[in-house]
Amino acid sequence: MLSKLILLIGITLMYSTPLVFGALGGVISERSGVVNIGIEGMMTTGAFTAAAVSYFTGNPWLGFLAAGAAGGATALLHAVASVTFKADQTISGIAINLIGPGFALFFCRLLFDNATMTLPAKTLPKLFGESAFGDSAMKNLNVDVTVILALATTVVMWFFLYRTKWGLHVRSVGEHPAAADTLGISVSGIRYVCVLISGILAGFGGASMTLAIISQFTPTAISGQGFIALAAVIFGKWTPFGAYGACLLFGFAQALTIVLGGGDFAVPSQILAMLPYILTIVVLILFVGRSVAPKADGEPYEKGVR
Amino acid sequence: MKTFVRILKKPITSTLIAILFGFLVAAVVLVFAGYNPWESFGALFKGIFAKPKYISNVIIKATPIILTGLSVAFAFKTGLFNIGAEGQYIAGTIAAVCVGVKFNFAPVVQVPLVVLSGVLAGAVFGGIIGFLKARFGIHEVITSIMLNWIGLYLSNFIVNTATYHQPNSTSSYAVNESSFTMLLPDWKTSKAGMAALKPNKWLYEMMLKTDVNFGILIAVVMAIIIWVLLYRSSKGYELRAVGFNRDAAEFAGINVGRNITQAMLIAGALAGLAGALAITGTSPHKISQMAAFENNGFNGLSVALIAGSSPIGCIFAGLLFGGLLYGGQSVQQDVGAPTEIINIMIGTIVFFVALTKIVPSLADKLERRGAQRAK
Repeated sequence: MLSKLILLIGITLMYSTPLVFGALGGVISERSGVVNIGIEGMMTTGAFTAAAVSYFTGNPWLGFLAAGAAGGATALLHAVASVTFKADQTISGIAINLIGPGFALFFCRLLFDNATMTLPAKTLPKLFGESAFGDSAMKNLNVDVTVILALATTVVMWFFLYRTKWGLHVRSVGEHPAAADTLGISVSGIRYVCVLISGILAGFGGASMTLAIISQFTPTAISGQGFIALAAVIFGKWTPFGAYGACLLFGFAQALTIVLGGGDFAVPSQILAMLPYILTIVVLILFVGRSVAPKADGEPYEKGVR
Repeated sequence: MKTFVRILKKPITSTLIAILFGFLVAAVVLVFAGYNPWESFGALFKGIFAKPKYISNVIIKATPIILTGLSVAFAFKTGLFNIGAEGQYIAGTIAAVCVGVKFNFAPVVQVPLVVLSGVLAGAVFGGIIGFLKARFGIHEVITSIMLNWIGLYLSNFIVNTATYHQPNSTSSYAVNESSFTMLLPDWKTSKAGMAALKPNKWLYEMMLKTDVNFGILIAVVMAIIIWVLLYRSSKGYELRAVGFNRDAAEFAGINVGRNITQAMLIAGALAGLAGALAITGTSPHKISQMAAFENNGFNGLSVALIAGSSPIGCIFAGLLFGGLLYGGQSVQQDVGAPTEIINIMIGTIVFFVALTKIVPSLADKLERRGAQRAK
């Protein structure tokens, strides 16, 4: 029983990790006032880059970093469109969701002999396995190093947003860019940086899928994860810990399907798989209610326009 | 100069520029990857226009995304972001299959029954989103995303139930033939039909080699109906007022909550219709186990965006999109370039649709500069 429970915790953490990175990316971007619906595309780019780089270099850490760079490069497109060109951020985000997977699969076919999946790559190390706990029940808590990184990033982002001067700048740009502008804060500068960070984090999210959970890139590696991360951002009311909690919920539900779905359970696995999504809606109705986005979220900033 | 500025200000100009950029970027990527862009685009257009059956297949492929595009565009006009068209489409297919397998009336009753149950299921999915937003203020994007997944797993659940699962397959039973909406399905394969079609090579190939169906007619009619509803009715005025400025609409005595719910009901119904028509009109006339989304709803997003949320524009954007998707397969077959070049191209078009929104304001600037010079 205990070992099953710990297994459940382990799988929960494992599956929530890509979501956490993606959702944190969403939080930082939207807190600066740029809606980022393109998380999905950035995660897919990251997922492919991670697997490909790790496969060719044999170094998963290099793959992880490259994924961040690829995600950031994709995000640059979004930043140019939404900050410099003041374009519709939703449209640009949807474009990213088409372009990202398009490039990932295009290059995958070029590099891997016309296949839409990469060959298995070397994965990131796991922590707390048998080496840490011996042969006890705790060895089921054998989580990937990315789990810890995701938690650390959450804490760092919380500290950054709420306990530093720069965090205040970011939040003020997201709430009232004109006021921030009069204080000499560069609205465009901050939004550029935040969107880039958002892409880097989403890239890490993709990498923690293909370098930890599965060891290769497939066309369905990131199917909808980015959108769930987006939901987690809103669910978590645009705060790092809120988003982290929401991701844990989704991860937990996924873990439940895996641990319970394996056999003698009365409920069909498809119904079980549906649960987290129904649960989310119910929780929103009962407890969370109106979610209020940062005030200037999605609005391009025009200097001098009130 | 004046005419130039006027042309620049037309929304269609921005769209055409965006499409041009889509091809341009795709060409650059192809060159970079070592393929000849001329050959690739040649293969693409050949894959769309070379044979009557290709054209027919493009139209068939475009039908559902015109409708999901309409769904998204309609929601956009009322200030809502319907990212849930995917789930509503799936709901439409589920309901159509359930009803179409269970019942077997004469086609006059059966077809409307199956299609309307799909419409209803889509409307329920959409309506939930609208109601939750109106009543509890829950963001429509979050409920939409949740319902997409609920729809996917519900579909997989139905596929695997004893009643609907076709043994030794990963799909459900096909709906009864009385539900089919192809053009003369029995006649065209009969002796008399074949003999009648034979002299006309075009018709022969189109009718016999593809699932020519009534879907496209319904899609076009729906586009017109939605246009009339939005721009020629007082209801449409209310809906657009809510979309344009919620507070002002409220102040003018419009019931914002009810309009949001109604808007999503209609948007959902359109996406559900797309799903139902896909089941009745094209083989295999059934639902299958899904590992990931099939993107009929998500493609509707791109269609609506390329169309600039214009209902009539959705028809053309849907055909363009359908053509690129279908013709794109030939690029891989003929030239060997990955078919994903099409996704890059479509993504680029959508991206430049976002960017070229500034063309009209650039035209304004140009005009003002011209006016200053004239002084």
